[in-house]
Formats: sequence, C-alpha cells, structure tokens
Amino acid sequence: MPKKVVQQFKIEFLQILDEAGQVDRALWPGLDEKEIKGFYESMVLIRTFDEKALNLQREGRLGTYASVQGQEAAQVGSAAALRPSDWIFPAFREPGVSILRGLPMRMIYQYWSGDERGSAIPEDQHDFPIAIPVGTHIPHAVGAAWAAQFKGDPVAVAAFFGDGATSKGDFHEGLNFAGVFRLPIVFICQNNHWAISVPLSRQTAAATLAQKAIAYGFEGIQVDGNDVFAVYTAVKNALEKARRGEGPTLIECYTYRLSDHTTADDASRYRKVEEVATWRKKDPLVRLRAFLEREYRWSEADEQALRRQMQERVAAAVHEFEAVPPQDPQTMFDLLYATPTPDLIRQKEILRKRLQQKKEKE
Amino acid sequence: MSKLNVVQAINQALRHEMERNPDLILMGEDIGRDGGVFRVTEGLIDQFGERRVVDTPLSESGIVGIAIGMAAYGLTPVVEIQFMGFLYAAMEQLISHAARLRTRTRGRYTCPIVVRTPYGGGIHAPEHHSESTEAFFVHTPGLKVVVPSTPAEAKGLMLSAIRDPDPVIFLEPAKIYRAIKEEVPEGEYAIPLGEARLLTEGKDLTLITWGAMLHPTLKAADRMAEKGVEAEVIDLRTLSPLDSATIIRSVEKTGRAVIIHEAPKTCGLGAEIAARLCEEALLSLEAPVARVTGFDTPIPLPKNEKYYLPDVDQIVEAAEQVVGF
Ligand SMILES: Cc1ncc(C[n+]2csc(CCOP(=O)(O)OP(=O)(O)O)c2C)c(N)n1
Repeated sequence: MPKKVVQQFKIEFLQILDEAGQVDRALWPGLDEKEIKGFYESMVLIRTFDEKALNLQREGRLGTYASVQGQEAAQVGSAAALRPSDWIFPAFREPGVSILRGLPMRMIYQYWSGDERGSAIPEDQHDFPIAIPVGTHIPHAVGAAWAAQFKGDPVAVAAFFGDGATSKGDFHEGLNFAGVFRLPIVFICQNNHWAISVPLSRQTAAATLAQKAIAYGFEGIQVDGNDVFAVYTAVKNALEKARRGEGPTLIECYTYRLSDHTTADDASRYRKVEEVATWRKKDPLVRLRAFLEREYRWSEADEQALRRQMQERVAAAVHEFEAVPPQDPQTMFDLLYATPTPDLIRQKEILRKRLQQKKEKE
Repeated sequence: MSKLNVVQAINQALRHEMERNPDLILMGEDIGRDGGVFRVTEGLIDQFGERRVVDTPLSESGIVGIAIGMAAYGLTPVVEIQFMGFLYAAMEQLISHAARLRTRTRGRYTCPIVVRTPYGGGIHAPEHHSESTEAFFVHTPGLKVVVPSTPAEAKGLMLSAIRDPDPVIFLEPAKIYRAIKEEVPEGEYAIPLGEARLLTEGKDLTLITWGAMLHPTLKAADRMAEKGVEAEVIDLRTLSPLDSATIIRSVEKTGRAVIIHEAPKTCGLGAEIAARLCEEALLSLEAPVARVTGFDTPIPLPKNEKYYLPDVDQIVEAAEQVVGF
C-alpha cells in the first residue's frame, strides 16, 4: 500500500506596511486619513503613557510595571478592529488595548501602584481585568465566547497573550474547546520573542506559533505585529468570521518587546544589544510616521503638536491618579463574597479597632 | 564560613549538591542565563552547563510532571516555580502523582524531587506573588514541606531536602531573601528534616512560628522579656512532617501558646497546631491557644498589605492576653 499525504498546511504572513513606511496597495484595508492619523495618535498615546509609567516607577510612585514599548501597533490594530460590544480578555501587557477600550489611564496607574481599585472594570465595559498568572485567562475567554454563541449574541471575543503563554496547558485546552465548538473567538498572541529571559526557541520547536491553530482544527495566521494595518486587517477579518459563526482564529503578531520584561527585570543579562537595535529599526511608531510623512506631509510641527497633546493627556491622568484618596484597608473584606461571612465581619471589626487604636496613639 | 544572605546560602547549597551528585538537574523558568527572578541560581549555568541547569518553557504543570518522570527514572530534579501563586497550576501533578507515587507503586517507584518556590508577603509584589498557602501542601499526605527562616537554616535544610527520598516543597520566604546575613557553614552542613528548633528558652509562654514571621516573633519575645515575661520561641522549619514533640514539650512547660503565621487564619497551619495542643497537652494549658495570622482574604496589593500581615505589636498583644488570662 503506498503512503499518501493526508494533510498539508501552510501559514501565511501578512504585512501591509513595510519598515520603510511603504504600503502594499493590493492589500490596503481601505482606511481613510482620519482613521490612519487616529492610529498614529493612539500609538503615541500608548508610548507616552508607558514612558510615564516607567518614570513614575523610578520615582517610587508606581510599583512593578510591565512596559509595552514596541507592541503599540499590535494593540492599536486589534483595539481598532473590535466593537464595543465585543469582549476582551487581556494578559498583563495590553495597557494599550485597555486604554483604547475606554479604561481610564488613571486606573491602570492605580493598579500598578498596588491599589485594587485600579482593576474595577467600568460599568459600561465588559472587558476582563488583566491576568497575572500566564495564560490562565484563555479558557475564560473561550467560555465567554461559548456563552455569546449560546445566547445568539452577535458578539466576538478577543483573548490576548504572549508567546510564553502558548506553552501552558490552558492555551491548548482553550484552543481545543474553541475548535471543537466553533466558538466566536480570536486568539491574539503577541509574540514578542521573550518570556522574561526565555527566548521563543525555548517555548516551541515549531516554525510559527500561528500553526498551532491547525492542530485544533482552525485557521492560524502570522502578521507583522509592528504593522498596524496588517494587525487591523487580520483581527477585523477574524472578528467578522467569528461573528458570522465560522469559528475561531489564532493570530500571531510577530513583534518585539523593546523594554525590559518589567521594571524588576534587567534584560541586558540575557539579550544582546544588537538584537534590540535591529528591532528598534522596526519600531511601529517610526514606520507609521514615515508613512504619514510620505502620504500626508506629516511634519515635525505636526509631530511636536501631537506629542505635546498626548503628554498633556497623560499628565492629566497622572494628576487624577495621584489625587485619589487612599483606599480604606477595611475594604479588603467587602468584596470576597456577595454577603460577607461571619468570620469576615469579625475580622473586619478587628482591623477597624486596630486602626482606631493606631490613630489614637498618634 | 562567610556571611551570606538567604539567596546566596541556597545558591551555595545547590552548588554543593550539584558537585556531589551528577544526576542532580535544575529546571525552571528563567533559572539559567537570568539566574532566576530572585537570582537564587545565579552562576550555576556557567559552572554546570545547560544540560543540568535548564531554562524550561513556561509551564508549571509540565515542569513538575516531567520532574516526576525524571525522578522515577533516577535523576534528582530540583525545580524552581517562580512564585508560590504559580505553583497551583502544578497541583494536579503534586497531589495526584508526586505525593502518591511511592504508595501507588508499593514502593517500586519513588519521587525524590524538590520544588523550590518563593512565598509570602511583604515585598510589594504584584497580584498572585505573595501567597502563603503552605497549608495546601501540608494537607497533602506524601509531601514534605520545609520553610527556612535564616540563611544558615536555608542551606542546611536545602541539603536535606535534596537528599530526601520523597517529594519536598521548599518554601523560601521572599521577604528575607536579602534582608538578613549570617555566617553560613561552608561545605557539608545538613539540618535534618522534621525537627523544629527552639531559639529561646522561657517559662511563661511558647511562641510558635516559621519563615519570615520568625523575625517579628523574636522581636516580640524581646519586648516581652523587657516586661519580665520569658517566652520560648519555636521555629518549626519543617511544616510536614510536623515536630509535635518539640511543641508539646515546650507547652507542657510553659502552659501557654501563641502561633504566628501570615497565611489566612481559617484552616491555616495554626489550626492544626492548636488542635494538637488540645489533644495532647490540654491539662498543661493555662490559657486558650492564640493565633496571630493573616485575615481570611487574599493578600492585598502592596498599598494595603501591611494591614494584612501580622506585626510585632499584634504578637505582643496576643502574648499579653494569653499570659494575663
Ligand atoms: C503561571 C505563571 N508562571 C510564571 C509567571 C511569571 N512570569 C510573569 S510574565 C512571564 C513571562 C511571560 O511571557 P509571555 O507569555 O511571552 O508574555 P510577555 O511577558 O512576553 O508579554 C513569567 C514567566 C506568571 N506570571 N504566571
């Protein structure tokens, strides 16, 4: 009996805007000037927000923070493709997506400053809070997608995670369910090449992360994650497909974390300067700016004006963040159950007395 | 002997055992080039190479499950889980397999692994990084649970943990990783597992604790001493198996006990110790056993964690109440 090929597959790579800021007209997603400038504005906003966070951390006004520099295009492109009615399940490196979804920047600063109130999702949003344990939120996203399908809502779900997360069982279990039940979900992997100090080659022996979708029976695509147009296009198509009832997609955004893993990390211990330098040249902001210069005569004056404007927005958020009165420690008992248990009520009273005694002593 | 902190002492212990045992392999996320997020394994990859110091994929369940197979085959895996809050992903492997391998195979296969993980609050870490849920592991028959409280203790207990023929969860109090330095004996220095240590002798009450909480407890004992109350301080160091004999002996002498831990109160290890005192030393007790613990809430984010963690004042207050009962 002759051997025969029973399956073959290929993985496509999508790039629309190259490193020199030129676009491939054949793949152009039909965006207008206002939308494109909006993308750039969002990317500058996220970069400004992030730089400020790093400064605040250095000054001791923020705790450990996970920077997002280099991944702005992946976030802006995804966020722009989502509808407000869609749900998102972020990891911990998507402040950009959260900001564009409407989460006040003040709250993100609050969260990383160690104040629980920063993770309260505003009433008019249904996004999930960030997930610190890597990959564990992927099944939750799948569950929400299943619920949307069950209820017949025209809603899609986006789950965000890094390359490291693809090594976790939660990733594989989540994708498998999504494939089996053809759920309306888009898995957005930001492959930034490093999970703290562990390189991509230690997460997988596969040539791409996108191809992991094949094993679960749905489509995977790799996109240039530093090209906002490619990310936007891929995510938009996948969301539409999900809403049409045609099942999940895995999108691997091929990108790079320019910063340290977090403010507690020193990437120079494990990463070559040359590697970072190569990726700096692919900076998504630089690329889109080159495009704006070419197409819309974006000038240095425009750039300065935008930067100033974004700095003002971020400064206002910092101001709001620092004006928030301290959280009452007694609130630690209030939100564990719908109704506090007798033990918690007793313990809250103990803390109340302790705080009162401290005050009296002072 | 040189003065080391806890990080350096554990590093020395690992190095010592790796030199002794060519089948000892270290595995974990970021433990190689980066030397671990707390730098406990710093430099080991240079000495022992990538075959023995392995940066793994990001996969806690995988790391522990694979270590079980390696151990059954004949290696000695010592794995690092980056924070206790990320050990939960490996619970299935620990509880259903590591802990039972010897029993299930009627002694044919064993599971001599060590799972090291930083634990506890007080380091202003993000969510899920300050867990103190040692009771989960103590509650699991078949596991041993060890918590050092100083650099020398860390070295000595680590040597024994690695040599132990059964699975050991080795909890490293993150708060004191770099906070204390002391003389640590070089080379061979093993402290047997299962033996608590008595730090101070006294006749009036017994303070029982472990890990980072030992240090506020010792301060509380000093303050009590200034008031003329003599406390015995017991550092459990091995939580499972628990050294009941030392606890009972002390409380039979002092008649009073306060247990201090940062884990939530309900079903924390303090509950077990109090129950044993009731079962075995009831007639010696002159006062109810007191517990100074964390609250039954998740440990708050950094801004409010100090309101959760027990402090010296609370320990003194509990001790005074017990003595004045
Ligand atoms: C389950 C779990 N294990 C370990 C950690 C510690 N940790 C935090 S981030 C990280 C690397 C994550 O890499 P990746 O998924 O690629 O996301 P990135 O940080 O690069 O965005 C690790 C190991 C964690 N948060 N959760």
